[in-house]
Amino acid sequence: MEIFSARNVNKVFADTKALTNISISVNEQSIFGLLGPNGAGKTTLIRIINQITAPDSGEVFLSGRKMTRADIGQIGYLPEERGLYKKMKIGDQAIYLAQLKGMSRHDAIKNLKVWFEKFEIMAWWNKSIEELSKGMQQKVQFITTIVHKPRLLIFDEPFSGFDPINANLLKQEILQLRDEGATIIFSTHNMGSVEELCDHIALINKSVKIEDGPTDEIREKYKSNIFEVKYKGDFDKVNNALNQQIKVLSHLENNRENQITIQHINGKSNNDLIKSLIPVAEILSFEEKIPNMNDVFIKAVGESNRK
Amino acid sequence: MNKTLIILKNEYLKRVKKKSFIILTLLVPFLFAGMFALIIFLSINNDNKERTIAVFDESTLFLSQFEQEGMTKYKFIPKEEYDKLKGNLKGSEYYALLYIPQDIYSNNFAQLISEKQVPFELNEQIERKLSQYIEKDKRQKVIDETGIPDLEERLAGTKTWIKLNTLKISESGETQKSSSVIAFIASYAMGIIIYFFVFMYGAMVMRGVMEEKKSRIIEVIISSVKPFELMAGKIIGTALVGLTQVGIWIVLGFVVLVGVQGFFSPESAQQMGQSIMESQQQMNPAMSQAAETNKVMEVMEMIGNLNIPLILFCFVFYFLVGYLMYSSLLGAVGAAVDNEEDSQQMVFPVTFPLILSIMVLFPISRNPEGPVAFWFSIIPLSSPVAMMARIPYGIPTWELLLSMFLLVLTTVGAIAAAAKIYRIGLLMYGKKVNLKELIKWLRYKN
Repeated sequence: MEIFSARNVNKVFADTKALTNISISVNEQSIFGLLGPNGAGKTTLIRIINQITAPDSGEVFLSGRKMTRADIGQIGYLPEERGLYKKMKIGDQAIYLAQLKGMSRHDAIKNLKVWFEKFEIMAWWNKSIEELSKGMQQKVQFITTIVHKPRLLIFDEPFSGFDPINANLLKQEILQLRDEGATIIFSTHNMGSVEELCDHIALINKSVKIEDGPTDEIREKYKSNIFEVKYKGDFDKVNNALNQQIKVLSHLENNRENQITIQHINGKSNNDLIKSLIPVAEILSFEEKIPNMNDVFIKAVGESNRK
Repeated sequence: MNKTLIILKNEYLKRVKKKSFIILTLLVPFLFAGMFALIIFLSINNDNKERTIAVFDESTLFLSQFEQEGMTKYKFIPKEEYDKLKGNLKGSEYYALLYIPQDIYSNNFAQLISEKQVPFELNEQIERKLSQYIEKDKRQKVIDETGIPDLEERLAGTKTWIKLNTLKISESGETQKSSSVIAFIASYAMGIIIYFFVFMYGAMVMRGVMEEKKSRIIEVIISSVKPFELMAGKIIGTALVGLTQVGIWIVLGFVVLVGVQGFFSPESAQQMGQSIMESQQQMNPAMSQAAETNKVMEVMEMIGNLNIPLILFCFVFYFLVGYLMYSSLLGAVGAAVDNEEDSQQMVFPVTFPLILSIMVLFPISRNPEGPVAFWFSIIPLSSPVAMMARIPYGIPTWELLLSMFLLVLTTVGAIAAAAKIYRIGLLMYGKKVNLKELIKWLRYKN
């Protein structure tokens, strides 16, 4: 079920287009990846969702209703450029930020204590940000984003500043938040985390949406008949046998097993390929390579730039 | 709870709890009391350093007749010793070297050579000694020439010094004792206090905004509240800090005043008055005759005759509205710039009228009815300082109302403009902002 949508959103700054006719639809309890190179317009879209800036035209909807300022209490936003008050005690500023999101002081303290315990930073409650490590600060920042139990969470590059262990912890938290009912819009350059987390992605380049769909469908769409074959036998023989049908992208020779990456160039079936291999080598595995998000990203953006 | 209120409360508590605020607030009244005590102390125990001054009298008029005065002794020396000392004063026992030239009678010039800056009193003492002596000599000559026997007494009798007792007719027609000196001091002090408060607290708002922008917390905050709510909360919260400070100072000032009055009992006050009178007597013998009444009582009465409720009301009004105007403009500057250096550049044009009004404060306090005073106190950007400086003298009601009206009007406009710049500037990084750019922002649609 759709919880959030943007319809035909346009935004122009001075004379640069930031968003051109962007529409997205986000399902409830899903993780939506908003991807695109630097300067594509992601942050502008996120700011429009957060009611920080208004679109020139187009509308954003939350739960089927047009969004207003009153809805921002239901959003938790972790911006890419983030920070906290340097001199203020961590506990105090977490309470303050929660209050600004509409929580009562009492509820804020109660919820914050749970999260501080969970992230093992309770001892830092009365310290100031200056005394904390970068990773620690990010934890505090993350807590202040989610403490008011928002229905819609927006994370802009959430993993920057985290070491692998804490990044993993964060990943688990994000998944758990989704399982508990939250919907997450997630903007990042870290394509590995997109594959792991996102159910659905939209790819924006130069203010225009160039891809939109479930993550696996998009990867499927960008596959280009590439196969990886592991075999025992002689490379030259294999190469000769396949010569008319495929293009060899790379090969690796090894004592026990060889590996070859190939690409179909004509319409022959996989079975035909395997048939022509059987006489010359012992096949250990035959696997179609689905492109990872990184490949998809580079390919899609590259194609769109050439247009 | 309203979000502006949350911000206001946070802003207020954050500043009031600061150590620097507590220390400054508590210290200033004592600093002032200490300063006054020091002045009084110094005026009672004035210059008591023992000094010997070598005198070379080329004119031979004075015949080694300088008497010791206070702690200063005079020793006449011959020319050879003078020439020797002139190059080597430091090693000698003398504090300074007085050279009385041959033609002092006609030229009225003498020279004092010293290693250090000569105290004002000493300078004044020597001038007086020389003048009195020559005056007396000249007079004697006139007496001798004319042959009028009691001429000197008769001339002394012509000496006149008129003290102006200023009375002010209040609106109810009563005459009140007033003093232009008291009004001047009050006027000057009011102008300076308003200036400092508007500047200090306006800059505080600006630094707060800059901190939020620099630490990048701003994006989180304006995803929770409207920029205008944030600005309003900050400005009002900071204004309350200022009022808290003034409130504490009034209370502390009262306590200190009572304490000082107790410490300087009537006798010591009298003693102080006497010593002041003595020094005046030496300078101007005629003045002391007119100044026999108890000065302290008079001053108290004259302070009491200032329109204190009006002054206090106007102070709070001009402080709050003037502060509102400048702090919203400075807040906008804080939002528009990225770093300290750029802010310095922008702060100057914004605060220029304020600085200008402190520069003309002295002329205004001296001539509160003049055209400078009038225009500066009507034009809104300078009126908080200039009008406060005029109020102790009394002011036509229509001028006051016009000034207040224009100030409020301008402040509303300033807030609207500032809010726009603020909203756009907060998320603008890495762009060098100048006045032209800001005016462009003002033209943006919402």
